[in-house]
Amino acid sequence: MSNELEYLSRRVAAGKLNRRDFLGRAAALGVAATFANSLLASAAKAEGPVKGGILRAGMQGGAATDSLDPASWSSQVPYFFGRQWGEQLVQISPEGEPKPALAEEWGASDDAKTWTFKIRKGVQFHDGKEMTPADVVATIERHSDEKAKSGALGLMGGIASVKADGQNVVFELKDANADLPFLLDDYHLMIQPNGGKDKPDAGIGTGPYKVTVNEAGVRLGAEKFANYWRDDRGFADQIEIIVINDATARTSALQGGQVDIINRVEPKIVELIKRVPGVVIRNVAGRGHYVFIAHCNTAPFDNNDLRLALKYALDREEMLQKILMGYGSLGNDTPINKAYPLFTEMEQRKFDPEKAAFHYKKSGHSGSVLLRTSDVAFPGAVDAAQLYQQSAAKAGITLEVKREPGDGYWSEVWNKQPFSASYWGGRPTQDQMYSTAYYSKAEWNDTRFQREDFDKMLLAARSELDPAKRKQIYADMGQIVRDEGGVITPMFNDFIDATSAKVGGWVDDGNQEMMGGYALSKCWLNA
Amino acid sequence: MSSPILKLIAQRVALGLLLLLAVSVLIFAGTQILPGDVAQSILGQSATPQALANLREELGLNAPAYVRYFRWLGGVLTGDLGTALSSRQDIATAIGGRLWNTLFLAFWAAIVSIPLAIILGLLAVRYRNGWIDKTISGLALASTSLPEFFVGYLLVYFFAVKWQIFPGISTVYDGMPFLERMKAIALPATALTLVVLAHMMRMTRAAILNVMQSAYIETAELKGLSPFEIIRKHAFPNAIAPVINVVMLNLAFLIVGVVVIEVIFVYPGMGQYLVDHVAKRDVPVVQAVGLIFAAVYIGLNIIADIAAIVANPRLRHPK
Repeated sequence: MSNELEYLSRRVAAGKLNRRDFLGRAAALGVAATFANSLLASAAKAEGPVKGGILRAGMQGGAATDSLDPASWSSQVPYFFGRQWGEQLVQISPEGEPKPALAEEWGASDDAKTWTFKIRKGVQFHDGKEMTPADVVATIERHSDEKAKSGALGLMGGIASVKADGQNVVFELKDANADLPFLLDDYHLMIQPNGGKDKPDAGIGTGPYKVTVNEAGVRLGAEKFANYWRDDRGFADQIEIIVINDATARTSALQGGQVDIINRVEPKIVELIKRVPGVVIRNVAGRGHYVFIAHCNTAPFDNNDLRLALKYALDREEMLQKILMGYGSLGNDTPINKAYPLFTEMEQRKFDPEKAAFHYKKSGHSGSVLLRTSDVAFPGAVDAAQLYQQSAAKAGITLEVKREPGDGYWSEVWNKQPFSASYWGGRPTQDQMYSTAYYSKAEWNDTRFQREDFDKMLLAARSELDPAKRKQIYADMGQIVRDEGGVITPMFNDFIDATSAKVGGWVDDGNQEMMGGYALSKCWLNA
Repeated sequence: MSSPILKLIAQRVALGLLLLLAVSVLIFAGTQILPGDVAQSILGQSATPQALANLREELGLNAPAYVRYFRWLGGVLTGDLGTALSSRQDIATAIGGRLWNTLFLAFWAAIVSIPLAIILGLLAVRYRNGWIDKTISGLALASTSLPEFFVGYLLVYFFAVKWQIFPGISTVYDGMPFLERMKAIALPATALTLVVLAHMMRMTRAAILNVMQSAYIETAELKGLSPFEIIRKHAFPNAIAPVINVVMLNLAFLIVGVVVIEVIFVYPGMGQYLVDHVAKRDVPVVQAVGLIFAAVYIGLNIIADIAAIVANPRLRHPK
């Protein structure tokens, strides 16, 4: 059977291609309709959980320096592993909705300042103790404590107090926030016994898998937790993560059958991998995006005409095709795309050398513009900067590209130098994205975008419980950033993972790579 | 054995220790001028200034450099390598496992490559300038000229992906059965063998050929000894010093220089461990590993020196 057909039939089974289109494509490939129909039936039948076995992932993003303490997580492997052994109060679904996890339900006061979460009863930690509201409170306290050095500290800033009240946990916020449930999905906020205050890196949580092997940067393993509370996760008896930072080694491990799932398939080899029998590419649009960031308060970038010139001088289509091989979507000079809730479509900005030249002239700037880039800014950032240089030249703008060492790029260049390449992983909500990088007082306002009216709109949207009104505010904010901000967004990148054809249960989840981080819990191995 | 040899050996060892001390200063200085900051690297892009300040304070990064050097040196001399900044693990324990893995791989690569290189070298000399010599030299040179990652990928492509005989991922762990462990390291050990083979083989060949010009070899030939006898009894013992030297150099490479092979085969050895910690600016670990690597290099070179001294009859039997 041709790989093309096999691929198409799976697309139909996953609901991505309709039957009629499938039969048409099959006919084009010279396949009889009866055979094509039987193929469809077998593809559909294969979908249904199978228990048992060892499900293995080969992943980039782990190092010998990793720890099991959720507060310390900042790279892929530790928090992906965390998603299998730990759980938060709320988890965001593949559709982007907050869904109950360790909290059964929740509600906000009318002013969105007081939130009450009802904690699930009868959930056990891996050490046999029952999870209680006190553990939840202790977890939030630990991550709010500056001494804990938690990566979630920034998110905790808005919380005034947390208290247990019977089976409930009550959050009092300093300012109204309609998005609190989204914040509580953060991967650092795994509920631990006594909040992990006693032994933060014990690796004990309530998740479907119980940690058995912890060799940081090499191998992580876990076995099914017998008393796990839900039955729609944890199908394999054991899971294993092998850290494979080399892209070629990762691919060959999948082909050789040593692992079943890998992350970060490089866009340039996707077309080749697709042709390998028994391997399936799983790509999904996410919120991550590549950016060129100009500081709005530093000359010459303090001139909006120059920023507009730079925006029009970027050939996004070309960059998407050449850097991401089309595995992504066009950026529109905002950090927001359709993967966000409450998104409003705006006119797509296009490469327009004439407009670029017009604004460039109007800005009065002369001489070259220095753009700093590095291999670590985003995959292909050096090539992307050179493409940018060429397209800008067509508009008569001279970009000088400076390649910075990857070592120290995040501490010495990003958020320090006035014009540089970077990336953002995206956030679950528009509020979080804007609060993190576009609010005047945000630490990571890496475009130095400081506008009082924008800040006010951000705060208004945050406390607005009416979705229609919120959507309108976000639409206006998007327009401001697009036309006056310092961010130049060429594209949003897809998450590209790959699995063996034996892996069942995969659903597209754009929250994070590897099925939003739940691949090992939600997938199974077909015999 | 007489005193001049002991004296020579004592001199070498003392020199080695002095060198190691100098290297420790260099390593410490080197880690100080790395760009970036440990706290920032540990907490990543998502660190707030407050969290950074807290971490710096806790890690003792605010003390002057020379104070930290002597603190560190004192620790090393008493066998305490400190704690990793990033994972809070005891460095000596963590390194122990990795060092064992590295030595395990190096040992098997050496067991295969050293005898093979010497035998091939002897064969090449015996049939010098004939097709056997040329084939051996040609193949060995070719395998060395290819970059090691390419050799590694070729092996993975054929043995792991195409024929699926050996695993392409060489993850080993404690308690792994011996045979499985051997199977896991088959490909990296082969790759390493191919990388170091030619150097040792060519050196053996050259050293013996050099001796073969001597008058006493001619005498041996005239006595009617077979070519192999001549090489074994008369040429090889006199060529042993340079051969030992090159063998030791390659042994050192097998222990400290295999990070590329480790990455390709995902082998949990010292190289990968070092790179991970350099990336995180985990200075104590970088210093400890650097020191161990330096000690291995210096130690093996001392052994080579001593072996050369002992192998030299003029030094062994002074007048």
